[in-house]
Order: sequence, then C-alpha cells, then structure tokens
Amino acid sequence: MRIAVDLNRCQGYAQCVYLAHKDFRLTGQEALTYEPNPDDERRLQVERAAAACPVQAILIDRLDGAKGSATS
Amino acid sequence: MTVPATVAELVRQFRANGRIVIVGASLAGLRAAEALRAEGFTGSVTIIGDEPYEPYDRPPLSKQVLKGWVPADHTKLPRLREVNAQWRLGVTATGLDRAAKQVRLADGEQIPYDRLLIATGTRARQWPNPDEAALEGVYSLRSRDDAAQLQKALAAPPSRVVVIGAGFIGSEVASVCRELDLPVTVVERGSAPLVGALGGVIGEIAAEMHRDHGVDLRCGLGVSSLEGDSGGHVRRAHLSDGTTVDADVVVASLGSIRNVEWLEGAGLASGFWGVGCDAGGRAFDINGVVTDSIYVAGDVARSPHVLYEYQFLAMEHWDNAVLGAEAAAHNMVNLEPHYRPHLLLPGFWSGQFGLNIKSVGVPPFGDEIVFTQGSVKERRFAAAYGRRGRIVAAVAFDHGKWLEYYGKLIEQSGPFPPPPPGWDHPPDMKPIPAEFPQPGVPTAIPDVVLTGHDPSERGAEFRPRPR
Repeated sequence: MRIAVDLNRCQGYAQCVYLAHKDFRLTGQEALTYEPNPDDERRLQVERAAAACPVQAILIDRLDGAKGSATS
Repeated sequence: MTVPATVAELVRQFRANGRIVIVGASLAGLRAAEALRAEGFTGSVTIIGDEPYEPYDRPPLSKQVLKGWVPADHTKLPRLREVNAQWRLGVTATGLDRAAKQVRLADGEQIPYDRLLIATGTRARQWPNPDEAALEGVYSLRSRDDAAQLQKALAAPPSRVVVIGAGFIGSEVASVCRELDLPVTVVERGSAPLVGALGGVIGEIAAEMHRDHGVDLRCGLGVSSLEGDSGGHVRRAHLSDGTTVDADVVVASLGSIRNVEWLEGAGLASGFWGVGCDAGGRAFDINGVVTDSIYVAGDVARSPHVLYEYQFLAMEHWDNAVLGAEAAAHNMVNLEPHYRPHLLLPGFWSGQFGLNIKSVGVPPFGDEIVFTQGSVKERRFAAAYGRRGRIVAAVAFDHGKWLEYYGKLIEQSGPFPPPPPGWDHPPDMKPIPAEFPQPGVPTAIPDVVLTGHDPSERGAEFRPRPR
C-alpha cells in the first residue's frame, strides 16, 4: 500500500508510532519518518495509525486493491 | 440564446469534452489531475513527465531513503482518486506553441490542449564545472535516481563525505551521514547553515547543532575545485582558503533551478524566478497580462501574496504544490466569479540531527526575531520574525505544536513582538536583528530568497557565486 504524511500538518503526537511502529518512526522528539510503501500485510495497523492521527496528516492510497492499474 | 446561457453551455461542453494537458508528473501534477476529476471534469487529461516514473514523494528521499531504511522506489505517491489520464512518462516537453495551443515533446509529437497546466518544478543546481561534476562520487539530490545512487555511495561506505552548501538538503545529508557514522565536512559560503532561509541568529544555532553532532563545518568558505584520481573518481575538494579536504563522496546542494527553459519563446512571464501567475494560478504573458488558458502550480509558480505586500513568491513547499494545484484545477474548469485564490501561508519542515525544524510565514521578509517560547540551550523553542511591528513568520525547533498559534497571528497581521502564548517564556523576550544576508550576498540557497519585485528593496539580480 502507499501512504504519504503531510509533515506540515504532523505535530509529532506519535500515535502512528504506537500503532504501527514498523512503518512510522520518530527521530528525536518530533521528527517523523515513515515507510511510504508499507507491506499490505500491515494494512490494518497502518489504517489504524491514520485513523488515530489527531491532525489527520496520513494520506492513504484510495486505489490500492481497487481494480484498474495504479497509473490510470 | 442569451449571452449568459451561451457561456454556460460552452463551460458545460468544455467540462464534458475539453482537453487538459498537465506538464509535470510530480506532486502538483498528480494532485491537479485528481482535483480536475473531483470537480467533475470528464474530458481528456494528459500528464507529461520527463522521468520514467509515476509521481513520487520527495521529502523521504533525503531522510529515510538516504539512511537506507526505505528503498528509493518505495516513494510512489498515494492516489486519492482515479484520474483516468493519458500518461506520457519518460518524455520531456521541449516547447510551447500558444498560437496553435500545442505542447511539443522531445520525441517530436505535438499534444494539443484547450487548457494547459505548467507544473514542471525545479531541478538541482549541478556543480558548475562540468568536468568535475562528471567525476564519479559527485552527486546532487533531487530525484529518485539521485537518492538511490547517493544511498548506495553512502552505504559503501566512503572515507569522508563533503557536502557543498548548508541549506536544508545539505544539512539533512550531513545529518544522515552522522547517523551512519560517516565523517562529513560541510562547506558553506554563508556565515552559517540555513542562513538564507532563517537568518543568522537561527543559523548560529544550526551551526552549533552541526558541530555537536561531529560535523566538520566550515562557514564563510567556498569549494574552488574538485580533484579526481586517474580513474575519474573524486578524491579531494579544494577550498577557497587554500586548504583541501580528502573525500570520496561529494554532495553538491546548491539550491535549485526552475524548469522553464522549455517555455522560451512562448511569450509567457517565465524566467529565472519561475513562471509569473496570479493568485489563482493563471499564467501571465510576457507583458504581465493574464492568460485565459494557461495555469501554473507548484515550485515553478510565482504569484503575488496578499500578506507580503503583494510581492511575487515562489514557494518550494510540499503543501504549496498540493494546494496550488487544487486551486489551479478548480479555476481551469470554472468561470468568474467562482475563481478560487491560492492564499497559502507558506510553511516547511526539515528533520535533521534528531530535531524537527518547522516554519510558517516568510522568515526572510522579517528583519527582527524574538524568542518567545522554550529554551535555545535545550534546542526546543519557538521564535517569531517581525517587520515594522508586524509578525511575518515563525520558526520552531521541536516545538511544532505551537506553529498554529503563530500562523493565526501572521494571518491576522498580528503585532510584533507577538503576545506571548502564555506558556514557557524564555527569560529574555527582546527582539534582536534576525541577520539575514544583504540582498545580493550569495548564500547556499539563493533560490529560496523571496522572489519579489518591489523595486525599493529587491536588487533581484542573481549573481553567480565567485569561484
């Protein structure tokens, strides 16, 4: 799956790190890095992380798994 | 039919069957295409990109990708909706014929449009000596391929890395090098890192940060030449003070160049500073008259900003690409009085040396700075920039949650120094000069300097740095 984090919005609440620590990491107190293409196996955790983000900064691909190629 | 009815019918027909061409297949181009579909445009959308890849996200390239955590090809942008576009990837747009309404491609094809969106962005400024730039081990960092190659070189590992230029990219590369435990020398022509974007006061703090993390930081110096071995691999950098630094990886982070060459001769207000447009993304022609069919978005766009004395700003920020593209797309398929302005409060972030640096507003527009929260000593603070008694920007080191407070004050033209947020005041809240370089004094990131045109203070010519 594909995600992007709007780091302008991100305020380092770290909810995503608690819920999907394989795909979201904090360097220091506030600087978030993340895996932009998490394994599909971890979709549930990543979706929970996105839902839990207090500022809704995590964007998830809406076409993943839908029919049609990703380059359409 | 009445005139309004005829116009309404034309708009309906255009939205159903029009041809929109987007040149630039990155964040702005993709979000514009998605927004067009969201607006109900059902005509044809063609997206032209010079890289062979579908749109990818750049911020991870200088951080998690360089560190080796995430592969460079894992950065494809999420799709927010189906765009049903014709993708022309791996082919460069080479010309624009406004009379025939066609975009010329490098493979000779001409793509006709009814409306055009220019979203060609910027590219990395290369090391100016082409022979030295061609040495193995000399890199710049802008594209996915750049990141993949540099990551490989850093993993080798090199004996020492030289970073030329301590703007955001240069500082982030230096930070990654230290995380990888690589010796790194940063050579910065200005007085401190980040000085063009955030001024000398903050630059000094950034300089301490570099040094605390073991970066060999050399400010007020340039690199005069790069020396290679007989095998064509870079081995040494010669600095302007006569010293040398041995290194086998050199990263030139010299700012960016706007991709406007393909518009030469098209009669648009395009040049070194980007493509001029109004706040709704409509491109100006060379005479400063707004066009009806050509729009601009993303890094390459420069438009007047109401909060900053209507000076033309080009913003190389992630949300400028997203929101500018959405506004331009909306205006492409609507008519007056339904145009939407793109009135973004600029903002950027950078992660380096374990710190989150964020800013809102336009710091170089200010001439004073005041620390308003937290502690500089602990590298956890917020500071505001002011000009003539008005707050115009703010910066935070590991204090990102407070930027919204300052952003609101900036949007409302609040006073400077700003009213304290009622928490965590430093002992001294006296404004001091922010120490931005004088106009015309080169820094590592001249392109990030405001791109205005107010004649009283602009001196807007670019002076190539003496070598």
